Amino acid sequence: MKIDRNNILTILAILVFFLFVWWGSNHLTAYAVRVWEDTLIFLMLSAGYNLINGVTGQFSLEPNGFVAIGAYVTAILILTPAQKESMFIIEPMVPWLANLHMSFLPALIIGGIVTAFVGFLLGFPVFRVRGDYLAIVTLGFGLTIRVVSNNTITITNGSLGLKGLPTYTNIWWCAVWAVIAMIVIMRIVDSAFGRAMKAVRDDEDAAIAMGINTLWIKQIAFVTAAFFEGVGGGLLASLITIISPTVFTFFLTFELLIIIVVGGLGSMTGTALATVVVVWGSELLRVVEQPMNIFGLHIPGIPGMRMVVFSILLIIMMIFAREGIMGQKEFSWDWIFNKIKGKRA
Amino acid sequence: MLKVKDLNVYYGVIHAVKGISFDVPNGKIVTLIGANGAGKSSTLKAIAGLVKPKGSILFSDKEIIRHPAHEISKLGVALVPEGRRVFINLTILENLRMGGFNKKISELEPLYEKMFELFPILKERAHQKAGTLSGGEQQMLAIARALMSEPDLLMLDEPSLGLAPLIVSEVFDILRELNKQGRTILLVEQNAAQALKLADYGYVLENGAITLEGEAKGLLENDEVRKRYLGED
Repeated sequence: MKIDRNNILTILAILVFFLFVWWGSNHLTAYAVRVWEDTLIFLMLSAGYNLINGVTGQFSLEPNGFVAIGAYVTAILILTPAQKESMFIIEPMVPWLANLHMSFLPALIIGGIVTAFVGFLLGFPVFRVRGDYLAIVTLGFGLTIRVVSNNTITITNGSLGLKGLPTYTNIWWCAVWAVIAMIVIMRIVDSAFGRAMKAVRDDEDAAIAMGINTLWIKQIAFVTAAFFEGVGGGLLASLITIISPTVFTFFLTFELLIIIVVGGLGSMTGTALATVVVVWGSELLRVVEQPMNIFGLHIPGIPGMRMVVFSILLIIMMIFAREGIMGQKEFSWDWIFNKIKGKRA
Repeated sequence: MLKVKDLNVYYGVIHAVKGISFDVPNGKIVTLIGANGAGKSSTLKAIAGLVKPKGSILFSDKEIIRHPAHEISKLGVALVPEGRRVFINLTILENLRMGGFNKKISELEPLYEKMFELFPILKERAHQKAGTLSGGEQQMLAIARALMSEPDLLMLDEPSLGLAPLIVSEVFDILRELNKQGRTILLVEQNAAQALKLADYGYVLENGAITLEGEAKGLLENDEVRKRYLGED
């Protein structure tokens, strides 16, 4: 890595971010810390998702499947054999998995690698189709994972799910992994592979004619995203301490989709902004689900009102700001310096 | 250089190219002319590997019909697709970089210089997005992008499509110049007059089959061609 102005500023920004994390973990309320943990995990998930959907332009709907795989693998690895034995009451767990136990970091990494491998295998059939068809087959994958986790009782404990997971996840785990994910993904976007991904997005046939092996390019995006979504799933599992087939539904994918569209398809810094806006927004909007008295009119609390408000916001965005917060642009130090210089001139 | 024998292209039940055979000799310009739907573009796509044809395509005496598209490109065949198809959200430099995707980084710099010499307009706008270029400039960029892989055979699909006559002559002048530098060119055109004036040899395609072939000069004077493609009585 070159030591130039931009890289130094980036490292400083990351240090400031960790300073904020350190300050926050001491001074913020437990509730706020928890929401920030959610935000950072979602940042990781949506950055990976944006690499496929935004940068490579392959509209797909599989992240809930990837997150579920990562969550299950990590959960199985961090549970102690005794816990597993008491939990699997319908059928006992397969022995070699039941006796497997390790600490959090290797469990997360293995969760990521297993998910990446599943993504790699999945890439071959799904990338035979493009456009809407790709969305449909990847949506099918998400649903398949749910059915599989429901029925492989000796591995996942079926619909009972896994509970009592040790709570290793804290703000530091989330922050470090989010930063790693952002750095790795942004470096991929800036590399020759990233340019090829954008070429595939702009015109796949032309990209093929240029001698680009587009299947390979899409696989790089897919496997990278799968890895980080798997790790994110592991973090999420240890954060909510209980996972079952119904936890990772299509709504998770939908939420990530909102984030990357709001942030701007193809913009990682936009995704970061949008994650904060959407995750915090949906927390702050809890107000609208409470019983309210408006000018003497009593409205009982309606669960799901948040989603209504969000959907309306999304519609308004699609009409007035179709590109999202950042469009395809990235925040860059050069841009800031040019702004400052421009004002002086 | 390129020998096509009994080439067939099917789209489902539609038989688009019906067993055509032709040669593209080294250092020559060969053109395929014909009306809409005659199978010209399908033929080019088949050679580039974008559709899976039946028959035989020998490139430098090597059978390439089973090769995937990205390997055909590595062997030295470049396609300028119909309708330009530049990467509109990438800058001009990035577009050129994509054209030289299989080149080493050290090889790229002199190639950029060569392209900017050939197409000065691209140099001025190197860091502009390709979507901001005009149609003619995009066509220049599409040709430059294809040349970045230093192909032995350059194939162009309707480079005159949607361009003003003046720009068309400019594009054809560049093709003539490239040919003088020793580049072999396979040109597909609807603009039969321009294409035949430029080419050494021509084939007339009708409904997926070759109906006429010969020296381009000869075809220009052929009554049948004049009537059908040059609009003379």
